[in-house]
Amino acid sequence: MNENEIGEFRSGVRAWLQDNKPAAPSFLLPETFMEVGTDQQFEFLRRWQQKVYEAGYLGMSWPEAYGGGGQPQIMQEIVNQEMAAQRVPFVPNTIGLNWAGPLILDMGTEADKQRYIKNILSAEDIWCQGFSEPDHGSDLGNAQVRAVKDGDEYVINGSKIWTSLGSYAKYMILIARTSNEVPNKYAGLSFFLAPMTAHGIAPTPIKKLTGEYGFCQTYFTDARIPADCMLGNEGEGWSVAMKTLMFERGAVGGQAGGLSMMDLNINDIVELARRATRNGRPAIEDPLTRDELVKLVLEAKGNAVMGSRARIPALGGTYPTAVAMSGKLRSSELKRKMTRFAVSLQGANGARYISEDALDGGKWQRSYLNSFSGTIGGGTTQIQKNILGERVLGLPKS
Amino acid sequence: MIRFSEEQAMLLDTAREFCQKQSPIDAVRQVIQAGQPLDETLWQTMVDLGWLGVTIPEIYGGLGLDLADTVPIFEAMGRQLLATPMLASTLAAQVLITNGSDDQKNQWLPKIAAGQIATVALTEANGSWDPDQITTHLNQSASGEMTLTGGKVFVLDAGVANVILVSALQGDSLRWCLLDASELPDGAIQREVVIDETRRSYSLALSDIPIRADQVLPGTAFKKIELAGMLLITAEMSGGLDGVLAVIVGYLNTRKQFDRFIGSYQAMKHPAVDILMGSEMTRSYLYHAATVWRDETDDGIVESAVRMAKCCASEQFSEAGDRGIQFHGGFGFTYECDAQLFLRRALWSQYQFGDERHQRQKLSALLF
Ligand SMILES: Cc1cc2nc3c(=O)[nH]c(=O)nc-3n(C[C@H](O)[C@H](O)[C@H](O)COP(=O)(O)OP(=O)(O)OC[C@H]3O[C@@H](n4cnc5c(N)ncnc54)[C@H](O)[C@@H]3O)c2cc1C
Ligand SMILES: Cc1cc2nc3c(=O)[nH]c(=O)nc-3n(C[C@H](O)[C@H](O)[C@H](O)COP(=O)(O)OP(=O)(O)OC[C@H]3O[C@@H](n4cnc5c(N)ncnc54)[C@H](O)[C@@H]3O)c2cc1C
Repeated sequence: MNENEIGEFRSGVRAWLQDNKPAAPSFLLPETFMEVGTDQQFEFLRRWQQKVYEAGYLGMSWPEAYGGGGQPQIMQEIVNQEMAAQRVPFVPNTIGLNWAGPLILDMGTEADKQRYIKNILSAEDIWCQGFSEPDHGSDLGNAQVRAVKDGDEYVINGSKIWTSLGSYAKYMILIARTSNEVPNKYAGLSFFLAPMTAHGIAPTPIKKLTGEYGFCQTYFTDARIPADCMLGNEGEGWSVAMKTLMFERGAVGGQAGGLSMMDLNINDIVELARRATRNGRPAIEDPLTRDELVKLVLEAKGNAVMGSRARIPALGGTYPTAVAMSGKLRSSELKRKMTRFAVSLQGANGARYISEDALDGGKWQRSYLNSFSGTIGGGTTQIQKNILGERVLGLPKS
Repeated sequence: MIRFSEEQAMLLDTAREFCQKQSPIDAVRQVIQAGQPLDETLWQTMVDLGWLGVTIPEIYGGLGLDLADTVPIFEAMGRQLLATPMLASTLAAQVLITNGSDDQKNQWLPKIAAGQIATVALTEANGSWDPDQITTHLNQSASGEMTLTGGKVFVLDAGVANVILVSALQGDSLRWCLLDASELPDGAIQREVVIDETRRSYSLALSDIPIRADQVLPGTAFKKIELAGMLLITAEMSGGLDGVLAVIVGYLNTRKQFDRFIGSYQAMKHPAVDILMGSEMTRSYLYHAATVWRDETDDGIVESAVRMAKCCASEQFSEAGDRGIQFHGGFGFTYECDAQLFLRRALWSQYQFGDERHQRQKLSALLF
């Protein structure tokens, strides 16, 4: 596409989003796909995804044969940018759109692609992820949920936890242990595209620190799933899981696109600093607050220019993968700092919580508490630093 | 948005290769020990490469490129701690290009492109270079004779400079006074002891120095020169960050304690990742500032971009140097450890044209 075509396409997208952006609902929306806690929230977001897909703005670069748009990736990137700019809601099926979908397109059978891809795009089938367990989170390679082969089925026992969208999902990307008679913990794992409808699978909602619901513990009691649900071969689950995490952390392309969380822009924080009062005065008038605000602007802007530089191979430098591999770490930590600061801008009133008396109904307090979904979910900040230290800097394993 | 041309990429490669070859760390130490004001052979090689004329217009014997195009060169020099009068000469050339008369340009720019050394004298003993704070004055007697009185510090390479551009106040107006170094009285230029031993820094004592009208330039480009200085020093710092990170990673991957490489300890690994992130961010801000410098016409946007880059670099490079010492344990406390070379460079650079606190104060006013 040339500059003109891009410009034209972009304004078309913008106009569509402006015309079709749903009005703000009467209830609080979740801020990320990891926090969908009520049917009302879920239905609202699912309808939005359907609408976006029908307009042709999701999976634009995925093959037409499976319901995608068959168009250049840049178009989806433009759509994503405009979605963030226009502050439209996120699309809830992130796990399907951005992790499971690309994975299936990459290594699934023809039948898998026919069966799953279109319904991921249309939000007909919601996907969830069964990786973490109560005793094994960061140490994913130690997962202990059992999958035992019995004829043309696997029998699953154990429990997964922190399952986002667990109550709404039709499928789960599941990592389970198929063997203990192997040289190391990784070699005993296998990867499944498991139907949540199977008898013996019970997602049970867990209350979050915000006081709302959001994720589940998923219990498996002699749950039988067809053997052909396995993706890759038996014992290859670890490498498939690592591939999934590459998609999840945005280190490789192929995602269907769409926002997975509400965009929080540094300008929102600057604007809040003008409205919020500390000690009876607008926060922005306080010199120490201003200095903190400048620091945050520098971090936010710094992240943006890093993304911009990463697109120029000649400027890759000594560690050319550093920017791409740190995206999740940087954006989640920045969001945590911004929302924490947003609460502090309110001075004494920072102590309020979701209620009419709180500034913006307490949305900033809730945002701050929710921000840990980013710094914990998908691999904690500490684990990200281990990965960067080992894979980018080449330091020895901890 | 960052834009980077094929030509810039080529310059980056050439400059890196050149600096690696000319300035391995042993050579840096030899330069410090020798204490010479100038390595003439090296300087001539740089002149022959055309580097001193990159920003000088073609009619004056240069390449006529933008100052931003020299950023890859300064980055490569910073990576190897190569300190030459190129920083001073490039800044002085900017003063002449933006504020010089045709005669002044004709007289000096071709010489600078050909390797004569020029420098700028801005900062004073009170630590300020701000036109509102300086006390060097261009005075005029009743009979119309002008004299320059005051003093400057941190004048780079003044000991070997042919020409020095001094900022001074004439009444309330800022001027540049163009001094031919050979006309200055003995003892006016004194070497200073500075924390970065690769730098040759001098003080300038100016008392009643006679000034002709053709030695005076308007000072309107002062802000631009200040920002140019920040941009080039940020480029050096970005390179320096890459250099100190290599020293750190090298030690973390070879030193063992408790039968393990110390890089396996997260108390070392995680701060090393923070330094990596700081380095990546600095480099991104640098090339963003370079892009804005070249393409943007709005002065406020240019100033913000450059200050952000200088702010980030000052904070990150000095922190990396600081951690670099700590990570070397007892060895880090020695002169022999290369981390000190980078820390000292970081400290020098941090305070030139304002450290991170200074930049944040200015940015606060620019941003909101
Ligand atoms: C909102 C939310 C949604 C989530 N959704 C899903 C989902 O849909 N599906 C799913 O499978 N999982 C999900 N997770 C789980 C998430 O992936 C795990 O919480 C995460 O990987 C951490 O595992 P853990 O909770 O067991 O913590 P632990 O691994 O027990 O970690 C506890 C603390 O120890 C630190 N730590 C652990 N190991 C190391 C180490 N080697 N070095 C240094 N520090 C270490 C951690 O950083 C952390 O601070 C979600 C989590 C959250 C918060
Ligand atoms: C000024 C000075 C005076 C001294 N005087 C004396 C003296 O009179 N007598 C004497 O015997 N000694 C003396 N020392 C030595 C001092 O005790 C050691 O330098 C110190 O114990 C560190 O050991 P090291 O230098 O071998 O560094 P290392 O142990 O090699 O440490 C290198 C780096 O690795 C880190 N590191 C090492 N192990 C771990 C770990 N398990 N977890 C996390 N990080 C780790 C360290 O914190 C350090 O940053 C002196 C040191 C200095 C600087």
